[in-house]
Amino acid sequence: MSKLTLDSLRKLREEKQRSLALRDSENKDVQVVVGMGTCGIAAGAKDTFGAIVDIIAEKGLTNVLVRQTGCMGLCHSEPTVEVVVPGMPAIIYGKVDVDVARRIVDEHIIGHKLLDNHICDRPAVDIIH
Amino acid sequence: MATMVQLEINGVPVEVPAGTTILNAARLAHIKIPTLCYHPDLKAGASCGLCIVRNGNSPKLLRACCTEVAPGMKITTHDADIVSVRRTVLELILANHPNDCLQCPRSGNCELQTLAADFGLRDNPFPREVAQLPVDRSTPSIVLNPSKCIKCGRCADVCQHMQNVWALEFIGRGEKTLMMPAAGVSLNESPCIKCGQCSAHCPVGAIYENDETAKVWEGLRETSKVPVVQIAPAVRVALGEAFGMQPGELSTGKIYAALRRLGFKKVFDTNFSADVTIMEEGTEFIKRFTSGGKLPLITSCCPAWTDWMEKYAPDFTENFSSAKSPQQMLSALAKSYFAEKENLRPEDIFMVSVMPCTAKKFEISRCEEMSATGCQDTDVVITTRELARMIKSSGIDFISLPEECADELLGHYTGAGTIFGVTGGVMEAALRTAYCLITGEKTPPSIVFECVRGMDGVKEAEIVIGDKTVRIAVAHQMSNVEKVLDSVRQDIAEGRKPRYDFIEVMACRGGCIGGGGQPCGATDEIRAKRTAGLYRDDERCVLRMSHQNPEIQALYKNYLGEPGGEKAEKLLHTHYHRRPVYAK
Amino acid sequence: MAFKNYILVCGGTACDSGRGVELTEALRREIEAAGIAEDIQIVRTGCLGFCEKGPIVKVLPEGTFYVSVKPEDAQEIVKEHLVKGRVVDRLLYNHKQGKSLVGVEGIDFYQKQFRIVLRNCGVIDPTKIEDYIARDGYKALEKVLFEMKPDQVIDEVLRSGLRGRGGAGFPTGKKWQFAAAQPAGQKYMVCNADEGDPGAYMDRSTLEGDPHSILEAMTIAGYSIGASKGFIYIRAEYPLAIKRLETAIAASHEYGLLGENILGSGFSFDIELRFGAGAFVCGEETALLASIEGERGMPRPRPPFPAVKGLWGRPTVINNVETLANIPVIILKGADWFNKIGTEDSKGTKVFALTGKVKNTGLIEVPMGTTLREIIFDIGGGIKDDRKFKAAQSGGPSGGMIPPQYLDVPIDYGALAKIGSIMGSGGLIVMDETDCIPDIAKFYLDFTVDESCGKCAPCRIGGRKLLNYLGRICEGRGTLEDIENMRKISDAMCRASLCGLGQTASNPVRSSLTYFMDEYLEHINEGKCRAGKCKKLIRYKIDPEKCKGCTLCARNCPVNAISGSVKQPHVIDQSKCIKCGACFDKCKFNAISRG
Repeated sequence: MSKLTLDSLRKLREEKQRSLALRDSENKDVQVVVGMGTCGIAAGAKDTFGAIVDIIAEKGLTNVLVRQTGCMGLCHSEPTVEVVVPGMPAIIYGKVDVDVARRIVDEHIIGHKLLDNHICDRPAVDIIH
Repeated sequence: MATMVQLEINGVPVEVPAGTTILNAARLAHIKIPTLCYHPDLKAGASCGLCIVRNGNSPKLLRACCTEVAPGMKITTHDADIVSVRRTVLELILANHPNDCLQCPRSGNCELQTLAADFGLRDNPFPREVAQLPVDRSTPSIVLNPSKCIKCGRCADVCQHMQNVWALEFIGRGEKTLMMPAAGVSLNESPCIKCGQCSAHCPVGAIYENDETAKVWEGLRETSKVPVVQIAPAVRVALGEAFGMQPGELSTGKIYAALRRLGFKKVFDTNFSADVTIMEEGTEFIKRFTSGGKLPLITSCCPAWTDWMEKYAPDFTENFSSAKSPQQMLSALAKSYFAEKENLRPEDIFMVSVMPCTAKKFEISRCEEMSATGCQDTDVVITTRELARMIKSSGIDFISLPEECADELLGHYTGAGTIFGVTGGVMEAALRTAYCLITGEKTPPSIVFECVRGMDGVKEAEIVIGDKTVRIAVAHQMSNVEKVLDSVRQDIAEGRKPRYDFIEVMACRGGCIGGGGQPCGATDEIRAKRTAGLYRDDERCVLRMSHQNPEIQALYKNYLGEPGGEKAEKLLHTHYHRRPVYAK
Repeated sequence: MAFKNYILVCGGTACDSGRGVELTEALRREIEAAGIAEDIQIVRTGCLGFCEKGPIVKVLPEGTFYVSVKPEDAQEIVKEHLVKGRVVDRLLYNHKQGKSLVGVEGIDFYQKQFRIVLRNCGVIDPTKIEDYIARDGYKALEKVLFEMKPDQVIDEVLRSGLRGRGGAGFPTGKKWQFAAAQPAGQKYMVCNADEGDPGAYMDRSTLEGDPHSILEAMTIAGYSIGASKGFIYIRAEYPLAIKRLETAIAASHEYGLLGENILGSGFSFDIELRFGAGAFVCGEETALLASIEGERGMPRPRPPFPAVKGLWGRPTVINNVETLANIPVIILKGADWFNKIGTEDSKGTKVFALTGKVKNTGLIEVPMGTTLREIIFDIGGGIKDDRKFKAAQSGGPSGGMIPPQYLDVPIDYGALAKIGSIMGSGGLIVMDETDCIPDIAKFYLDFTVDESCGKCAPCRIGGRKLLNYLGRICEGRGTLEDIENMRKISDAMCRASLCGLGQTASNPVRSSLTYFMDEYLEHINEGKCRAGKCKKLIRYKIDPEKCKGCTLCARNCPVNAISGSVKQPHVIDQSKCIKCGACFDKCKFNAISRG
């Protein structure tokens, strides 16, 4: 990567924003975002992350992008996982252990049904968009 | 011209230069704000919390020691509220301080004791909790009693920033904070150079000189030995302070008299051997200077400085004058020259020296050459403070004592010898003699070398002697020394001739008059008075150049032969070696 | 195929006890009756907060938020909202503060939280600079470097009303102004990431979740004050935050957003990390500077302030992580957007680490002026196990205990100071009736005594004495004179200590003596600890009337302090009892009392 100029930075931002708007990152339309702050990791987020990647591979799902993010602030419910499936509201699940991770893939991503008892409220509106 | 700042202190308008602290500005309004950690030698540490004052109606209190005045300030230094907060802070400090004033070496001139008395503290509401910590007696010079420490930080600041030694540190945190060497080593294993400046700055009795008066009393009782004593130049302008005399007031004759009354059979003067030092060191310098020897020559009278050099600047060992310090010269001569005259064996003499210095206690056994006479040349060193206590405990009314003279043989001195006690003094004495010896003239154009006098940390000058120019530097207070050495190092590294021919170093601020064994509480004001006292002593002397001293002339003629000769070499010279900074 | 709507019914215990289960069934029946069961999924969630206004129902995807929903309301929600698409207004949550917020018009803003600082936390991948850039990252830097002069930037920050979030609340713009006014030359920009309050982790989460926002803000600050060098002083105990920062700094370098000639603007700025070894006092700015310089971390007297004479004697601005995280948003959205959020005294938002006896612990960000009640009960979901609220401690160990009567005080810097606490860095610890006030004060003092640097006498000695008095009181050995002495020491510490640590260390004592004197007096006069926390004061007693002689307590006592024969009342030997409470927990007949 060469150093950015003002124009190239702006162009990069636009491109990136477009692909985000399309919810289509790297040709994958489903996103699973795992909270990987210290609190999440302490609560087992690394195992959760690993399990999700494994289960998705095991099921042969090629349209799912698994990525990490920082703390969502819902420390009482770590590990937290956000699931974004086209046509469904983005959902944050709390207390996602390996079993819940499997249920998320089976029921939410494949079955398009939300899971009982693990949904957390989104903490705030997004001031950026 | 500094801009002036106008403010009010307790309703009194005050005008002071910008940058003045509230503490100093208050003095102009005739107000003394209590302090415990503040010392004019040091950057305000702001640790004790006693100098708090109020500006206007602000609920927040300011520390007067480190807060600079600002225009329009309305400072209240004392009111019921402020005094009560101060009182609580003082009570807290006392609650963690041992209640043993009666046995404390600082009883009577302890800053904490004085404040407690001033505040009229009687009952302390807070329970006393004193940490029982081991006392460090590892050095022959100073004692560290951490149980008494109030953590003001002066000692560490002195050790690190004034003296550039870095032996004492803040160790631990919170209530476990201690002032001691790092890594749990003892003071003797640390880089400590025994200068004792920590003890001279400690407001309480947490660091003090290793008291050896008992050894002196014991020696004086020992009938089989002849007790002999010497006093260093700087003692005569400071001892009187312990008896209410003004700093700088000369009390040489009274000290001689007091020492005789204490039981010393012979009273000699280190000023005499200072003159000997000039003969030896001066000769050494002339030799090196005229025949292309190793330059710069660096003075080695100060044992704290030589200790520092051996640890931190061993690359300069060959630059050191091999001449012993005046103390060691006098002791060696007492146990040889004097002993032979009196038909005594060296071990028959009990040799005590009174020094302004704690490092001198260490010097007497620093290497084998300090036992040139077959036994240890100096038996005991006591500091000015210890002598004051001996005189007091003997019931001697010092102030009214008649003046007496020193004993002959090793007792007469010239003005050059007496100024050894101030920064620049050794250099000035050497220049006086060197001028005469090099040019063959009787006296230099001016007996006073103004360029080496004064309190500047480093003084540099070029002195024309005949067709030659001697380039000199004088440094005092250890923190000023390294830059002098560095500039020489730089010259050598860049292949130039070193910029100096002769360097004088004294470890303590102002020289020995500000030594670590002098009465506590020295400030630049007091140092200036002591310095003036020694210069007066010099002016008073008829003979002001070491080589003119008739006893010196006799010494060389009757006993030593040539300066630097074989006998002189054996008795009056030593060597220096690299030493590890940490012994452990 | 996905559902058309999702009905989230809060499944927290409070909502359940408020007929939440019945409500779920009613909704299910109504949906089936309406024939839309194929289109709607009913989901039970974890606690959504707002427990006092439960049961809560949320309809997705639109996010409609209904409160205090009764089973009788199920029909209306289904028929009106789900079938006809008409929101049931009377069940909506009406949040005064949310409505008044600028910039969020048109959003059904029921949330108490408003995230400026945490805008990207939990949203972007913190290891990807592109994620940050896509969320308007480095857009503020662009604007600053190419459209604004340094004094314009400072003016914007000044007008925003932003105050330092590290604790003292000094106006950030003023700090910048002082440093900028110093003659040009080497100046430094320092980010204080030495978060040391127990229970506080706002900065850690921000750095872990959005490291670039701090780099961007520091660069902006550097440009404004004329500094070309920045340091982030971060505690070594934050390995993940350090790693993410290192990744971010490397990426910024690669992209030319740090280093020489940033974006071709001619401005150069670089950032280095410095690690703290975990001393609490190094969060104090002058101690922090000493530590960066390699000296012992001890506070230095101020003035001179760091903005005039800071790092290595050069003008230095020190801003806390949270303060800096606000900067890019202030630049992009403008001071006027920012200064409409919050109160007259304090602008913007505040992040709190909500911990202690609250149901939903976590990291929250609320507009200044939000009340403690909203934070604890709405966002935090109330007190764990539905116990009674006793106090909240803001400002970590240096803060004060806030009693129930101030639950409705809008929180800002001034309001907290008025009630004897401080904003501090944002730790918020909730206590309930099982917490003993003197015991809690002791806990905090224990921390500050341990963390005192030892330099200054009032803090070093006073803290220890206070701690000893509290220890005596908790053991039932306290006297009324002790209370007087504690007041005296607290006052001296507060007024004669050199730095913030010492000045605030006695706050837990001062505030609790003001608001909870009765508990101290109970300990002293009656030898009683109402919370049952002070072991020395607890006595377990068996009521012979209630005791059935089942022997369960005797069998469970670890030290055989209980004796008695079967079917006869048992007795506790007080000299043997270690007050473990095993008997109390085991007794099935409530025959054992604690007091």
